[in-house]
Amino acid sequence: MKAARGTQRLALGVLLAALATLCSAAEIPLSERRSGYADLGRETKAMQDDDTANPGMLSVLEGEELWKTKSGTEVKACADCHGDARASMKGVAARYPAFDASRGRPVNLEQRINICQAERQQAKPSAYESKELLALTAFVAMQSRGEPIAPPDDARLTPFREAGRQLFFRRQGQLNLGCNQCHDDNWSKRLAGNLIPQAHPTGYPIYRLEWQSIGSLQRRLRNCMTGLRAQPYEFGAPENVDMELYLMWRARGLPVETPAVRP
Amino acid sequence: MSLATVQPLATHAEDALHPYQVVGDAIPASLTGKPGDPARGRAIVANRQNTCLLCHSGPFPEERHQGNLSPSLQGAGARWTAAELRLRMVDASRLNPATIMPSYYQVEGLTRVAGAWRGKPILSAEQIEDVVSYLSTLRD
Ligand code: HEC
Ligand code: HEC
Repeated sequence: MKAARGTQRLALGVLLAALATLCSAAEIPLSERRSGYADLGRETKAMQDDDTANPGMLSVLEGEELWKTKSGTEVKACADCHGDARASMKGVAARYPAFDASRGRPVNLEQRINICQAERQQAKPSAYESKELLALTAFVAMQSRGEPIAPPDDARLTPFREAGRQLFFRRQGQLNLGCNQCHDDNWSKRLAGNLIPQAHPTGYPIYRLEWQSIGSLQRRLRNCMTGLRAQPYEFGAPENVDMELYLMWRARGLPVETPAVRP
Repeated sequence: MSLATVQPLATHAEDALHPYQVVGDAIPASLTGKPGDPARGRAIVANRQNTCLLCHSGPFPEERHQGNLSPSLQGAGARWTAAELRLRMVDASRLNPATIMPSYYQVEGLTRVAGAWRGKPILSAEQIEDVVSYLSTLRD
């Protein structure tokens, strides 16, 4: 009978829903976490692996120049305070975002660089996604290449990381999907032509072939939100930094790859 | 038998969703009062803008990129009646609250919808009817 069949299906639907909720509450076990690098085609992997072929290296080299360039009313270069980045910046990107006591909240690497520009160099801070800021960030982050992502054990970060986690699991946009529904529950499947990665922020700033340029993690987050037909958060917005914090914690232990290449 | 009439709200009168009645796991009546057009429905499903092929695959030899997050649309018309397909298009989450399949004819209960899409369903009533009539033709 039609109605009975409908009721049975509804009951089955409710059961399946309960199961799905149980499954989707599960985060990817640490032992199964893997960088988006693992999903790249052979040619893209080769491009990332070879510094002479990696288009992100142009930005790193530009960052190295900026590191040594005196600027601002203090006429100081980053190097005047921090010396050789190879030593002083090693491991820094692996533990960002970090808590900034004067602001009372976490700041990401771009924001940290901007704070140095504004407060130490008395220079004009760089705009988000500007060539200069991406270059300095890529140069600093590359000093951590190969280092395992190691979020600081700092209790002050906990509420912000938890806020990021909430955002990751929140359904949003006209398509009403949560980040977890693709990146925890369906990674390695195909969304039309694209393989869904686990969404680990291992290689930022990345050179993305689709962008034809280097770009920040927040640019990537904004892309995914736009895909869901959700209103993306502004660059530097607390929500984006909280999300970065959660994603870094989620990727703990994976090696930093900056500058990575992604399709 | 569950019987519920849904009277969706919309911000502008001209965007108001057509009311519909859910009976069991189906919406028996056309949202527009008219049958849809299967040829137009096929074009809607095949058009990447409408998102179906992000998740589904189906009999679209001309489309190189199709998703594999969900069942193939092949045979959907044999598995479900038009009335059942209509509810699955309008609001699949009524049958499975955890589904990733978006509700194509719903404007409420959403979070942070971007300006261009706010207050509008993903597909119009006419488009839903076209898609339902196309899916009904997928019999094997
Ligand atoms: C409907 C599926 C889907 C949803 C939902 C989604 N993403 Fe993604 N995401 C992708 C795909 C596919 C890619 C791979 C790049 C591409 O093809 O766009 C990606 C890439 C990423 C990456 C880059 C990973 C790398 O290796 O560099 C990050 C980070 C990311 N997503 C975070 C998020 C966050 C945060 C959210 C929620 C706001 C989200 N995603 C929601 C599908 C999704
Ligand atoms: C983000 C993913 C996603 C998108 C986009 C999507 N679907 Fe689905 N769809 C699913 C999933 C998953 C199911 C399985 C049922 C469930 O989860 O409850 C499904 C089920 C269905 C079914 C029932 C299939 C069966 O035989 O059991 C039909 C028909 C269908 N979808 C049609 C469409 C059409 C047409 C579109 C676009 C207008 C579309 N879907 C867009 C994920 C999606």
